[in-house]
Amino acid sequence: MEEKQSLISPPVPLAQLGEDQNLKPRMETRGLSVYYGKKMGVGSVTMPIYTNQVTALIGPSGCGKTTFLRALNRMHDLTPIARVEGEAILDGQNIYTPGVDPVEIRRKIGMVFQKPNPFPTLSIYDNVVAGLKLLGVGKKSVLDEAAERSLRQSALWDEVKDRLRAPGMSLSGGQQQRLCIARALAVQPEVLLMDEPTSALDPISTQAIEDLMTTLKKHVTIVIVTHNMQQAARVSDFTGYFLTGELVEFGPTNTLFTAPKDPRTEAYITGRFG
Amino acid sequence: MTQISGNLRRRQLWDKVMLGLLVLGSLVVVAPLVLVLSKVFLTGFSALNLAFFTQDFQPVEAGGGGLRHAIVGTILMNLLALLIGGTLGLAGGILLSEYPDHPVNPTLRVISDLLNGLPALLKGLVIYTLVVIPTGSFSGYAGALALGLVMVPIVLRATEGVLKLVPWNVREAGLGLGLPRWRVILSLVLPAASSGVITGLMLGFARAAGEAAPLYFTAGGSQYLNFNLSQQTESLALTIYKYANEPSPLRVEQAWAAALVLTLLVLIASLLARWVARVRP
Ligand SMILES: Nc1ncnc2c1ncn2[C@@H]1O[C@H](COP(=O)(O)OP(=O)(O)O)[C@@H](O)[C@H]1O
Ligand SMILES: [Mg+2]
Repeated sequence: MEEKQSLISPPVPLAQLGEDQNLKPRMETRGLSVYYGKKMGVGSVTMPIYTNQVTALIGPSGCGKTTFLRALNRMHDLTPIARVEGEAILDGQNIYTPGVDPVEIRRKIGMVFQKPNPFPTLSIYDNVVAGLKLLGVGKKSVLDEAAERSLRQSALWDEVKDRLRAPGMSLSGGQQQRLCIARALAVQPEVLLMDEPTSALDPISTQAIEDLMTTLKKHVTIVIVTHNMQQAARVSDFTGYFLTGELVEFGPTNTLFTAPKDPRTEAYITGRFG
Repeated sequence: MTQISGNLRRRQLWDKVMLGLLVLGSLVVVAPLVLVLSKVFLTGFSALNLAFFTQDFQPVEAGGGGLRHAIVGTILMNLLALLIGGTLGLAGGILLSEYPDHPVNPTLRVISDLLNGLPALLKGLVIYTLVVIPTGSFSGYAGALALGLVMVPIVLRATEGVLKLVPWNVREAGLGLGLPRWRVILSLVLPAASSGVITGLMLGFARAAGEAAPLYFTAGGSQYLNFNLSQQTESLALTIYKYANEPSPLRVEQAWAAALVLTLLVLIASLLARWVARVRP
């Protein structure tokens, strides 16, 4: 136990981040664990998520990246066997404190899933504004404006502006994923969680989504799960490396990829992972 | 080479045989339906006349009258039954599918299975005991409740089944947007299953519209036109049952005509439902 602890590098103290000294964590987890029944999904993760930065979660399949990500906006509430321990703090408040409404949390912390999941019965336009509409926004000008803004942000506007009434399902896989990103952005979340958003996509769509992350982070704090280390290196400012449910190492992406502190991280990023 | 083409020929032949069997099977299933429907249409149509729609009950000696009172009663009772049975069935189906761990579910499932297995006549008796005896009279309301009981298990099962077919990720997507669960269910999950849900409602509706037995001790039947369901009320299904057993050939003809009109009512209702489903989004 003690030995393990010493291998986990603590969150990088703000002072060490050099020029980025004014970084503030938008979220923070403290000893966050998720159990599926008796089985541990992730164990005791302590990690900051810095405002307007892209944080990547990497690690081999099954190491708990998705499990950790879903704990950040209380998506596990829907899985009866899942149990969360520890804290996930958003703007100074633990989102697991009794009395906190998970619906409010999810409104601030949006999510993009691994498989594109547009609403099957809705048009492109209605998919994008679904959140706003169902939250009670009825004014057409507001919805139109939000639809265009979100579709521009997700780099889909030019491709769909002439067929906003077509079914969301009529788009290609890559377009559907950008539609889902637009849909998540339309409700203006503070944090956007993305679970391997490009794993099902072709290189061009992947490129489009990576590009838009760089633009988006001016407005939104992004956490992205990826099994693709190059992607993490390309798009993220901070990276956390997970292994069998543990956060092995967390730090600025540059540092983690060029000078990993933990031998397990080094083994993984140099491809010597067994 | 020859072996391959021989194989191919055999497979093509086999393919034709199987296709033929499928077509034959479908015909065997559809044929009785076509026969019944054509008998209803031919016999019923020749017995239809204007009086059928404009007059109410008359004795055979006075010309036999028409069945306006039964048509009105059927429509009113079935619409109310749809409202009651449809709402309860939908609610139950949603509960079973969307809140699988809800504590009332085991009870709900038992009640639904019980209702499903209970003969329609006994559903009528249930309402007779619960409503007719306490209120002291037969009424269209009691009839509608009994028909509602016929619909509930059908609608409930259909709703539960089709909701479970909606991919889980639709719910996740909705909840991920910060929508409350009930919103996600009503505005995203239900519409994704709408055609199945509407089919379930129509199945229940059609089934109830054809039931005479549960109305015996509840609606009680009537010879007069009334738009007030607190009165005894007639329905086409009841009329068919009564008239078909009467010695007078006129009554038997009227029963055929009633069967035709009932079939058309159900047909119109289901076309209307499909149209609504198509237009709504
Ligand atoms: N709903 C679930 N029920 C039980 N075990 C689960 C469930 N979801 C994930 N797990 C388990 O939790 C561990 C972490 O899974 P996951 O977070 O999906 O990994 P990753 O996203 O890194 O591939 C795995 O061992 C997986 O089998
Ligand atoms: Mg995963």
